[in-house]
Amino acid sequence: MSVVVYIESQKGVVKKAGLEIASFGRAIADASQDSLVAVTFNLEDTSTLKLYGVDKVYNVNTEEDNFFNVERYANSIQNVVLKEAAKIILVSASADGRYLGPILAVKSKAAYFSNVVALPTSYDPLTVKRSCFTNKAFNESTTNEECSVISLCSNAYGLKEKQGLAEVVEASYETSSTSLKVVSVDKVTDKITIADADIVVSGGRGLKGPENWHLIEDLATVLGAATACSKPVSDMGWRPHSEHVGQTGKPVASNLYIAIGVSGAIQHLAGINSSKVKVVINNDPEAPFFKAADYGIVGDAFEVVPQLISKLKALKQ
Amino acid sequence: MNILVCISNVPDTTSKINFKDQNEAFDTNGVQFIINPNDEFGLTRAIWLQQKSGAKVTVVTIGDSSCEPILRKCLAIGADQAIRIDAHPLDGFFVASQLAALCKKETYDLIITGRESIDYNGAMVGGMLATMLSLPYVANCIQMDVEGTNVSLQREIDGGKETLISTFPIVLGAQKGLVEESDLIIPNMRGIMQARQKPLTVESAITLNQATSVKIFEKPPEKGPVKLVDSNDVDGLIELLQNEAKVL
Ligand SMILES: Cc1cc2nc3c(=O)[nH]c(=O)nc-3n(C[C@H](O)[C@H](O)[C@H](O)COP(=O)(O)OP(=O)(O)OC[C@H]3O[C@@H](n4cnc5c(N)ncnc54)[C@H](O)[C@@H]3O)c2cc1C
Ligand SMILES: Nc1ncnc2c1ncn2[C@@H]1O[C@H](COP(=O)(O)O)[C@@H](O)[C@H]1O
Repeated sequence: MSVVVYIESQKGVVKKAGLEIASFGRAIADASQDSLVAVTFNLEDTSTLKLYGVDKVYNVNTEEDNFFNVERYANSIQNVVLKEAAKIILVSASADGRYLGPILAVKSKAAYFSNVVALPTSYDPLTVKRSCFTNKAFNESTTNEECSVISLCSNAYGLKEKQGLAEVVEASYETSSTSLKVVSVDKVTDKITIADADIVVSGGRGLKGPENWHLIEDLATVLGAATACSKPVSDMGWRPHSEHVGQTGKPVASNLYIAIGVSGAIQHLAGINSSKVKVVINNDPEAPFFKAADYGIVGDAFEVVPQLISKLKALKQ
Repeated sequence: MNILVCISNVPDTTSKINFKDQNEAFDTNGVQFIINPNDEFGLTRAIWLQQKSGAKVTVVTIGDSSCEPILRKCLAIGADQAIRIDAHPLDGFFVASQLAALCKKETYDLIITGRESIDYNGAMVGGMLATMLSLPYVANCIQMDVEGTNVSLQREIDGGKETLISTFPIVLGAQKGLVEESDLIIPNMRGIMQARQKPLTVESAITLNQATSVKIFEKPPEKGPVKLVDSNDVDGLIELLQNEAKVL
């Protein structure tokens, strides 16, 4: 039997989230004594997958179709699942992974577990730990089905190298029966996205206005980080909606989250709680963020942040 | 046009989350329930279609009678009728299966779910429902323009957005962007009075095998106190992040 993993790539290169889900898949395949089979689309070079324990790669060529077509991707993966008689299917918690997961689960008559935060605690029946209530709690869930689809939270497992075979097999690009078509994609390619970032720098209403956002942007640039903001900041149009994080915005699961002039309201924290290390810079020592943070500075952002930027710049040189 | 908006009854965003029965069940004691915020964006978009082109808007929830206040609120916001499918929502697959059974009895041109519910955060009901009905699904939907029987949509993706086209019927996963926060409709007195006269029907659930079972809940471990660094000691913070937290 095999564990099937969907590995995301961009312009023919595997994304970091793809390597993380491969690492996770390798550990599951070892525990259940299965082989690890990857499904990729338009991958140019499969050698990286060899380093992350993948035994076999079904590389689908989508030729005529430049876009992520959820139905066609799901049908193509489902085809491999059948061929390999897989009982465990893995996807990342990226926007596309979370889109694909439930659709693939119904097609494969599988149970679906989203927000999984660690390796299964048992394989018979498959039992996983998931976050719920927007990171305010966890639950342990078991499958009642033969087959299960797992979506792993970003940065929950990390990258772990292990030698694999990565034998490449051609695979078919299946058709779709629905009328849905992607006509264009509008993507910022020169900026790190919140979903992919190891570090996220976030600004709140304490920054007073959009004209001060160079502080956030400069700090993000020197750290190689993505930029984010609190909800009122995006509601007032200081920053684009795509930067709004929290319970009603984007989830953040970075290794480091730096919050500047953000009070730390419960709805904000709910969305960023699964970040590993949290730093707060706020001039009010009573701000609730200090209860949630690992490190903090009580001080004026307009004084502290420029210092931080120049010290970090010096350090990087 | 017939629109179905799926409503999840969730704890208010500021609720303290506690468990009971040896951590096997969520303790609803003292918890206030609200319309799942993502569903409220979807409902508002549906009401706009009703106001513009006379679409009929039905709201549905799977839950026990404690969910009825939020269904009444949806009626006060402007929905034409409400359905409650009387069952405890066991998991996303269970909910999607109940909704699929309803959608096979009635015909809906547009089915709106939320991007995710803020309690179990499954982000799965919409995609599962669409697949069960062999309909297209657009997750994280931030824009919808109706042009006759065609529809143009936008999906938020990592680092940008995607534009899609389809025909009805279709299933959406609504989120902020589809309408803005400031567009949300606050029920007025007239709406609240009218809501009392509007139909709220209770239907029985179909029986099915449960795909997953939640065994036990736990809360994250208590976090230690924050380490404060003096505002004149930015070097100290960098040092800690490099050598203690090892994140730089
Ligand atoms: C249903 C619902 C959903 C919500 N979802 C979200 C969500 O997803 N994400 C989200 O962020 N919010 C959300 N909110 C809003 C949330 O409750 C807070 O209102 C919001 O997070 C506050 O944003 P803020 O911290 O930027 O602003 P404020 O609360 O105004 O805080 C500003 C902070 O800046 C500090 N400050 C001021 N001047 C300085 C200075 N010179 N230097 C340093 N610090 C300074 C202040 O001490 C203060 O702590 C939601 C609310 C509701 C009701
Ligand atoms: N009990 C329920 N009754 C009706 N709709 C629901 C229910 N639970 C979830 N939904 C719908 O499915 C969406 C996604 O929920 P989830 O998959 O649980 O994150 C919600 O935003 C609702 O639109």
